[in-house]
Amino acid sequence: MSEAASGSALLRVRDLATHFFTRTGVVKAVDGVSFDVDAGEIVGLVGESGSGKSVTGYSILGLVDAPGRIVSGSIRLEGRELTGLSEPEMRALRGNRLSMVFQDPMTTLNPVLTIGEQIRLAIEAHERVSRATARDRSAQALSRVGIPDAARRLDAYPHQFSGGMRQRVAIAIALLNRPRLILADEPTTALDVSIQAQILTEIKSLVRDLGTALVWISHDLVTVSALSSRLLVMYAGRIVEQGPTAVVLREPRHPYTRGLVDSLPSLGAPGRDLAQIPGNPPSLRDLPEGCAFRPRCARATGACVAAPPTSEAGTRSWRCHHPLETAS
Amino acid sequence: MNASAAANSASADAFVRVDGVSRVFAPRLSLGDRIAGALGGTVDRRAVRAVDGVSLDLARGEVLGLVGESGCGKSTLGRMISGILPPSAGTVRVAGEPVMTAGHRPRKRTTRVQMVFQDPYASLDPRMRIGDTIAEGPLAHGIVKRAAVGEFVAAELARVGLEADAARRFPHQFSGGQRQRVAIARALAMRPDVLVCDEPVASLDVSIQAQVLNLLMRLRRELSLTMLFISHHLGVVRHLSDRVAVMYLGRVVEVGPAAAVYDDPRHPYTRALLASLPKLILEDGVAVTFQAIEGELPSPLSPPPGCHFHQRCNIAQPQCAQIVPAMRSVGAGRIAACHLCGDETATIRRGAA
Repeated sequence: MSEAASGSALLRVRDLATHFFTRTGVVKAVDGVSFDVDAGEIVGLVGESGSGKSVTGYSILGLVDAPGRIVSGSIRLEGRELTGLSEPEMRALRGNRLSMVFQDPMTTLNPVLTIGEQIRLAIEAHERVSRATARDRSAQALSRVGIPDAARRLDAYPHQFSGGMRQRVAIAIALLNRPRLILADEPTTALDVSIQAQILTEIKSLVRDLGTALVWISHDLVTVSALSSRLLVMYAGRIVEQGPTAVVLREPRHPYTRGLVDSLPSLGAPGRDLAQIPGNPPSLRDLPEGCAFRPRCARATGACVAAPPTSEAGTRSWRCHHPLETAS
Repeated sequence: MNASAAANSASADAFVRVDGVSRVFAPRLSLGDRIAGALGGTVDRRAVRAVDGVSLDLARGEVLGLVGESGCGKSTLGRMISGILPPSAGTVRVAGEPVMTAGHRPRKRTTRVQMVFQDPYASLDPRMRIGDTIAEGPLAHGIVKRAAVGEFVAAELARVGLEADAARRFPHQFSGGQRQRVAIARALAMRPDVLVCDEPVASLDVSIQAQVLNLLMRLRRELSLTMLFISHHLGVVRHLSDRVAVMYLGRVVEVGPAAAVYDDPRHPYTRALLASLPKLILEDGVAVTFQAIEGELPSPLSPPPGCHFHQRCNIAQPQCAQIVPAMRSVGAGRIAACHLCGDETATIRRGAA
């Protein structure tokens, strides 16, 4: 991540910290996260529940509600600082330059509006167009995501669509105004394997055709890897490792990444015990001092009580006192 | 399906025998609908055949994986095997005894089969202490005397890797993985011969899944459990199972040894399902491969005639739309319900591919 490269980045997040000030203490959901997304790039953001991956996404979208807020750091989209923008300014960006796809399309779509009305609202939020134009563009948007008989389906309600079709509608709305960046939070988790594969295939070709960058947030390392060229691994509010997907998976430097890769049930060695990461993810109210992974880590020593340094090599970086060696 | 049942139950030593089991969910008609019906109006009486004539055998000590997409009936089948849900037709027997007697309520249910559910937060009573949750069944069935409950619960907790003092706590005081351990302990406290696990790790974090899977594999070895492992996660099923059954829209379409089914799937649906799973290939250059299945799952309210899969199948023939394919042998210990994947055709197809 050299300065020259990050200068041209579409999205540049630096030292982002989003905390939630609850009655029982401060929850440091995101605590010092930095990464770049280049134009047209697909980046995977993986982590377990509570790792801060979704809050990172919401912070970029300006959707963090009280008692949470962005306490420090910078988020720049196309060079423009997003932290501190007013809600009307954020609204002008959301659904336009920046859009999102959430996990459950049944709750993101309005159940009492037809699909056509919802798409029209999304168009009219950013542009003044005639009803007829809006309808044409809506039908185009639906057929773009592989919904057959799109013009007729505009008059259907969300409950008349299957889960996979609903998620296609959500993706169609996200792509409406040709955003520069889409944040997708677990968009295929609620879907069946065969439908997931369809959506993965489609979204990959759509973002390629439209030149949109995509941040794919998921707990599922394999799905994320199916799409992304670069991988960010989050643990307890921090990015512990990032780099090109293939390299990170093949030769993880951070012991947590190694643990995640090893605990995947492989099709290769059935019946054998899976490598397991001992213990549980820590509570974000009460993080261990220094490296948050320390209590679960086999490589931990006394040094890990201090915050681990960020090390860089080429296109990858990791935060660990005792990184794993690479073969090469 | 009777011929298929015969083919499947060739093993005389079947411990769990599922024989032609079906379950139909019919809509309960509202008063208005009933009046409309009585007056000759049209009422939507379409019923869902969630499970449609399924026959399966499990040998003692075997782990049978049951895979399929949501809505294929795998959970409904699991509940019928557990004796929680009465079948509309057919029987489930464990060691020759029916798991549930038909007729009067309360129905008599077997305790030889116990179940572990997907979401341990929903399946544990939030207002019962863990110790009471674990001891409730064994006390009711005389497995343990009240005086010995403390020791009994401590031993059950120890077996799933929890401390004895967990007994005094409530479900919300545990993490998801620990709660699932409690749910497993509760099931095993009943001294079952058969454990039905319905998506036991689907609600858990990735790093916790491996812990619970390892626990299940250890318990299975120690207690010689017979297990039905239901999951949509193909990788997990492959890891645990001796044999695998694949369901599609209420019917079992393929059964066979796990290795054989995964390495050389015979039914076109099994083939497509396995291909759609993103796979990491970590040797020489990481690649993730997957191939999407065309089309959507048909509505279970009006499944297509003939083979349920024919509309999405890339080798379908005219007969597939008309005749329900019977189970037939497709290799050693393997059966599949497909007109086009008998032993010979399969060989030809693979030769051509």
